[in-house]
Amino acid sequence: MSTDERSYRGAHRRADPYAATDSEPTEGTVFTATGQDWDDIVRSIGPAPEERIVVNMGPQHPSTHGVLRLILELEGETVTELRCGIGYLHTGIEKNMEFRTWTQGVTFCTRMDYLSPFYNEAAFCLAVERLLGVTDEIPDRATVIRVLLMELNRISSHLVALATAGMELGALTVMTFGFRERELVLDVFEMITGLRMNHAFIRPGGLAQDLPPGAVEKVRDLLDLMPKRLRDIRLLLDDNPIFRLRTEGIGYLDLAACMSLGVSGPPLRSTGLPWDLRKSQPYCGYETYEFAVQTQTTCDAYGRYLIRMAEMEESLKIVEQCLDRLVPGPVMIADRKIAWPAQLALGGDGLGNSLDHIRHIMSESMEALIHHFKLVTEGFRVPSGQVYSAIESPRGELGVHLVSDGGTRPYRAHFRDPSFTNLQAVAAACEGSMISDVVAAVASLDPVMGGVDR
Amino acid sequence: MTIDGSHGQVDGTTDAGRPDDDVPAPPGVVTPGPGPEGESPAREDRAIVTVPGDDGRVEPIAGVVGTKTGMFGIDGTGDTSGYGGLVRTIAMPRATRAPYGGWFDATAESLGNALAAGGIAWDDAIESVLVDRGELTFFVRRHALLDVCRRLRDEAELRYEFCAGVSGVHFPQDSGRELHAVYHLLSITHNRRIRLVATCPDADPHVPSVVSVYPTNDWHERETFDFFGIVFDGHPALTRIQMPDDWPGHPQRKDYPLGGIPVEYKGASIPPPDQRRAYS
Repeated sequence: MSTDERSYRGAHRRADPYAATDSEPTEGTVFTATGQDWDDIVRSIGPAPEERIVVNMGPQHPSTHGVLRLILELEGETVTELRCGIGYLHTGIEKNMEFRTWTQGVTFCTRMDYLSPFYNEAAFCLAVERLLGVTDEIPDRATVIRVLLMELNRISSHLVALATAGMELGALTVMTFGFRERELVLDVFEMITGLRMNHAFIRPGGLAQDLPPGAVEKVRDLLDLMPKRLRDIRLLLDDNPIFRLRTEGIGYLDLAACMSLGVSGPPLRSTGLPWDLRKSQPYCGYETYEFAVQTQTTCDAYGRYLIRMAEMEESLKIVEQCLDRLVPGPVMIADRKIAWPAQLALGGDGLGNSLDHIRHIMSESMEALIHHFKLVTEGFRVPSGQVYSAIESPRGELGVHLVSDGGTRPYRAHFRDPSFTNLQAVAAACEGSMISDVVAAVASLDPVMGGVDR
Repeated sequence: MTIDGSHGQVDGTTDAGRPDDDVPAPPGVVTPGPGPEGESPAREDRAIVTVPGDDGRVEPIAGVVGTKTGMFGIDGTGDTSGYGGLVRTIAMPRATRAPYGGWFDATAESLGNALAAGGIAWDDAIESVLVDRGELTFFVRRHALLDVCRRLRDEAELRYEFCAGVSGVHFPQDSGRELHAVYHLLSITHNRRIRLVATCPDADPHVPSVVSVYPTNDWHERETFDFFGIVFDGHPALTRIQMPDDWPGHPQRKDYPLGGIPVEYKGASIPPPDQRRAYS
């Protein structure tokens, strides 16, 4: 393309900022496969279309793990080429976050990867806290509860990974087991945060509120029950000949593939590389907890299953250590210019600001009222700069790139979601395999479309 | 005047008309401020702010990327607060003077050596180095991005083998460098992270693709193109990925409205979030 053309295009776009820009592929042909007649697409793919079978799988297919669209080119039952179509769950969360305060951002980002909401919240809050330079001032109790919730969340997320994988392979008992056990964890979440999902509980500076009475006992009950339930799943699957035949050697991704495609989490650890950000770049005090990084060397779907099972068992150990460390204390940063002014409390009309706090600001202190009003409506200002904070979510490296211009809202918030990156490897893992193995391979990467599309 | 991302410019020669032409400085020493865009007269009077910290350490040099007016972020709401005439500058940290401290100096030196071995001068590839909040950032001239990435990945002392994708940032008032492509690299070998920032002007939104070095960036670059309109030259198939293929515009740009409709509540009409009066 000539210089003149390019500057013309630039000038043209300035006149109409919403005009679409075109782009030319540098390699191969691009087939546009959205909102058209399927016959047209088939006609456009080449001179002898009757010899090529292109199958559109999803986005509403029950075994594509969400609204994922797979475009498969088949030869018999063998997949010769595979492309993913994503974007069906794009909700513009990152754009929305630019129009809300830093604290309100938590409410948005918790909805991204809806199976691991606490990770989204924690990654975002750790990034905000690093931008503010207050990482060391977060109270211990808040950090311990964050770890506790994250590890419980790892269990519930891995259980869904197992459940949906089982369902997609036709093992419906695995699904009922997985969702039943997950419900036990969600009950704990509901008791602590008031919600089963989308909690917005971890806030910049600490937590929305302290643990309610009885929460520790409930977690301890879960710790008693869960090992037995996990053992049941292991008994059902570990040596199940059908499950092993469906998963062993399937979805092969070796270390070189994972490195070049940016794959992290259980798929990376199934290549034998013990890379876990909780160990290698600890945050939230993970360096003080005792747990082992789980690896396998099989590089396949079965190895990833074993890793997820073992990680759940390790998470239970971490949760137990968290309970032992819980000592009374504040759960919000002491800096009153950042800390949310009120803790939530359950009143007669539901969850809201505590009555003590309402009494204080409404009838005791005008300054407290002004402070509350300013902090809640205006929010706090964050010094300008950018940070990247990454944590180990159940699916891999969840990174948050935050840019602040010194204002009360994020100038730019970008989530590097592990599902998005791992899903890219589906083609590498599946081309050349049977069509039924695509289902097992996608399930073993465990993409969550809410995180992929954001 | 424009940069063709595919040529890579290994010979290190300086195009006379290159927009990011700069005064040479020895490796590791940054040229403070908006020097790279010195051609533009409007940029001559851009303020450079140097703030000494409480501990006496000189904070990163900040470059002004824009201004905000008023107190409430939006115009035309009949601001009766008296703050309507308020003008504040937005300054982003942009450069740090050597030494950077810790392993940052060694990394910068290794990169400088690796570039020199390939015949690329430091200043021809790196615009500035920034250490902020414990993170190391290289502002890379876009024509050298591919060379820098390849050396960061392959050199034994660097070994940034894992790329966490690219993210865009749009600074509409920072003329000449409106669009930023931000890369986060991770070295699993050395357990370190760095950030690369390549900028391009709105009128010529081209940055070379690094897919040949980091194949993981395939989807990430498509996403950044989709949301910001940055064209990654050399990408195997740069198409939209999140938005529908026929979508007009690039939604994450600052000139793209959030959208939304006013909501009525108890008789009052509440405007959508991007038109609402709010402190910003």
